[in-house]
Amino acid sequence: RASIEASPSAFSTDAKPNTFEEITTYNNYYEFGTDKSDPSRNAGGLTTAPWSIRIDGLVDRPGEYGLEDLMQGVALEERIYRFRCVEGWSMVIPWIGFELSQILNRVGVQSGARYVAFETLLRPEEMPGVARPSIEWPYREGLRLDEAMNPLTIMATGLYGEPMPNQNGAPIRLVVPWKYGFKSIKSIVRISLTDQMPPTSWNMLQPNEYGFYANVNPEVDHPRWSQASERRIGSSIFAPRVDTVKFNGYGEQVAGLYAGQDLAKDY
Amino acid sequence: MLVDRLNGWARRISPNWLYAAAVIPVLWLVWQLNTGALGVDPVKRIEHSLGLWGLQMIVAGLCITPLRRLAGVNLLRFRRAVGLIAFAYVTLHLTVWLLLDLQLRWGQIWGDILKRPYITVGMAGFALMLPLALTSNAASIRRLGAAGWQKLHRITYLAALAGVIHYIWLVRTWQAEPILYFLAVIGLILLRVLWSARSRRARTAPVA
Repeated sequence: RASIEASPSAFSTDAKPNTFEEITTYNNYYEFGTDKSDPSRNAGGLTTAPWSIRIDGLVDRPGEYGLEDLMQGVALEERIYRFRCVEGWSMVIPWIGFELSQILNRVGVQSGARYVAFETLLRPEEMPGVARPSIEWPYREGLRLDEAMNPLTIMATGLYGEPMPNQNGAPIRLVVPWKYGFKSIKSIVRISLTDQMPPTSWNMLQPNEYGFYANVNPEVDHPRWSQASERRIGSSIFAPRVDTVKFNGYGEQVAGLYAGQDLAKDY
Repeated sequence: MLVDRLNGWARRISPNWLYAAAVIPVLWLVWQLNTGALGVDPVKRIEHSLGLWGLQMIVAGLCITPLRRLAGVNLLRFRRAVGLIAFAYVTLHLTVWLLLDLQLRWGQIWGDILKRPYITVGMAGFALMLPLALTSNAASIRRLGAAGWQKLHRITYLAALAGVIHYIWLVRTWQAEPILYFLAVIGLILLRVLWSARSRRARTAPVA
């Protein structure tokens, strides 16, 4: 395989990645349906080229940026990250991408900016799932600026050396490995720098269940299920259940971001 | 006529065939597991399939009386088998949850049962089915008397209610399927309430 050149990263885990097949047939991407096998079945018709991202808000150079322009001169890395879903399962995924800070530095973040808001493409004619109002479309996510600038936070454009499959958020998506998977928004068409905490889709739907921060945390349960452990899934009925690690094991890099914050309150 | 033909078949087919038929979907799951057709998280697929089949059999069991009263289709002799198969599926569903999903992490299991409303409701549903399964035999009907036995088995409606609430509560957004099951059970309960109110009225009505 490996059609994309990418250098290895010190941030990669040495855990064994899930297979390409597993990563691309088990997705939460409600725009294509709520069943985990829906996206792989229904996302084939998504047009991902040409693609552009509108970058606006508190930035020096707002505008509609073509994906090729944004990627120009960007050094791609392979980041093998643990991926923990809020539903209590996890995988290991070899992403290809680059640090989000590279984009933000290019467009010039103004001093008043404190948050970054993201939006997923909304194109009903190619997304059968949006006919049902299960979520208020378009899908929205957000990060605090310091979280967005953290070197672990990447914009991923591929996995397993291949261009990003549609069902995984082609052509470009966010990956924030110390947060629950729903924060890692797919198929991004808009990035806004704001001074206010932006509304985020799951939080809008069930504020007591999904917070803005959504850091992986075994000590803070989802109201309807425990987050103390997770199943490392991958085609076996004996997928082991393992203890969940705070910040999904990336505490060394990110715990400092939350110094003085009560993470049970800021869940 | 269709109803007569259905009733004719129902008289000829032994309920024991239903037990045999109920094993087929379980074997189908095992087969799919071997061929990899259950996908990336087979445990969840098995767990959810068994739970859903259990619920479907509970709903099917509740439909038997209305079918007879509204359409004249008499499947009463299958009701015990339908109920026991429902109980078997639900028991397997619970077993998969304990063994393969939670992997006998008892601390977390008790925490889930006590603190997670949808699991609490699900466990309550299972507990409600226990006395029903244990008394689904001729000896129990004799011991309890027909009226007492029937009264006990009205618990079925509570178990069904627990099942649909458990289902609706576990999905992350409002989805059509669990809501449809919920409405079906509510409808069947209302029908039953309506009928018993009417028969009470009929019993207490003064003779003209």
